Amino acid sequence: MDPMLNEESSYAPKQTYFSPYAMNGGTCLAIAGEDFVVVGSDTRLSQGFSIFTRDLPKTYKLTTSTVLGACGFHGDVLTLTKVLNARLKMFEHEHHKKMTTSEIAAMLSTMLYHRRFFPYYVYNLIAGLDEEGKGVVYSFDPVGSYGSDGYRARGSAAAMLQPLLDNQIGLKNQQNVQRVSLSKEKVVNLVKDVFISAAERDIYTGDAVVVHVITKDGTTTERFPLRRD
Amino acid sequence: MASTLLAETPRGGFSFENCCRNQFFEQKGIKAPTAYKTGTTIVGLVYKDGVVLGADTRATEDTVVADKNCSKIHYISDNIYCCGAGTAADTEMTTQMISSQLELHRLNTGRTPRVCTANRLLKQMLFRYQGHISAALVLGGVDSTGPHLYSVYPHGSTDKLPYVTMGSGSLAAMAVFERGFKPNMEKEEAKKLVRDAIAAGIFNDLGSGSNVDVCVITKDKVDYIRPFDEANLKGQRQGSYRYKKGTTAVLKTEVKKIPFEVVKKTVRAEPMETV
Repeated sequence: MDPMLNEESSYAPKQTYFSPYAMNGGTCLAIAGEDFVVVGSDTRLSQGFSIFTRDLPKTYKLTTSTVLGACGFHGDVLTLTKVLNARLKMFEHEHHKKMTTSEIAAMLSTMLYHRRFFPYYVYNLIAGLDEEGKGVVYSFDPVGSYGSDGYRARGSAAAMLQPLLDNQIGLKNQQNVQRVSLSKEKVVNLVKDVFISAAERDIYTGDAVVVHVITKDGTTTERFPLRRD
Repeated sequence: MASTLLAETPRGGFSFENCCRNQFFEQKGIKAPTAYKTGTTIVGLVYKDGVVLGADTRATEDTVVADKNCSKIHYISDNIYCCGAGTAADTEMTTQMISSQLELHRLNTGRTPRVCTANRLLKQMLFRYQGHISAALVLGGVDSTGPHLYSVYPHGSTDKLPYVTMGSGSLAAMAVFERGFKPNMEKEEAKKLVRDAIAAGIFNDLGSGSNVDVCVITKDKVDYIRPFDEANLKGQRQGSYRYKKGTTAVLKTEVKKIPFEVVKKTVRAEPMETV
């Protein structure tokens, strides 16, 4: 069958496809320690081959001890955080106490599954301190399946970062290594290095990295530049 | 006959053996592997004494950077260079093919090749392949008739202009050119404008990145400056990621003596040194 003969279809009416979703790029990751959590994200918002803004972190503070990292379709990220913050306030008014990290994670899961048949196109990470003060990271898929991990990367460069974290934090594929508990400084340096590498090879990651360190004393935020190309 | 004994000299050109099989795969829903594209910003401009060509240095495979420092300004002849955008293999092979044809032509005529000749050869070849060779080129050079600059599109059309941009970052680069171009610029001015145009592509287009390469062609010489501007450096690594010996477990150690024969022994007197 001569493939050229099928070219006549160029005269037929074309069906245009409207997609309610868009991919806005960006990467976030979270690492849990003994008594702290480190959450980092890049600050680039893009679509296709264009950059929308270089200054939009993908992390959102929910409470003093919990941070949400959300990447994917920015429109859904905005709505999701709006609804999440409203629900947090409602909980506080009803129960006279702040939601804990595991409670927020469970609530987010039900919120996402509620939209099972027209999902929020968002890849979420909830990171914070649990009731005992230990660091914990929950990662979600767009329809609400979640589980706690010690570390997780999400977003456009997740596939590049996750194996590196598996090796350096999970100590996978290394024999004869002592499991030492990681200090805050080492983890923050690792996050910086890992984002530098991601910015080299992923076109959607770059501009700057925002790193939050959550401890029982509060949250410190650090920001440093990345490649802008 | 006994053709198995006589090796056939390979015929030039493209081989279409896999077409049927590939069509069958597509029907079955198996996707073809994606080619390495050069996202790219390439530009060219004519100034007082000649032509300045510029290019970024990033090659992408979909959204992953495949090469952080690839060379997009290709040699066509001593006085003609060509920047290439589109599928990397296509631009590489096409420019090499035309370069070789031009060299034979030069030997035949005994004259320095003209830019319009290279342009003709390129457009005739690309048109023959109806756009399936995805090569968008900026061709520039100086010959006996002066400096010339052409842009060549994948389907075979060409434009002869004083300043051109191609590639995914062409809009960003053209914006800079439209603002800053004047006829008969000085060399340093022209180089700076080209650098600014490529930088606009590098920072505003995600398909382009890394460094700026520049090639200045004049009547007497060619200045291939690679890199002209290292606009993006890798961040400083904070930690050390070296692995200790034994991280990959040693399962078995065997020391074998290598048997060797002593063939020659030389004894030489050396004076004692007392230092």
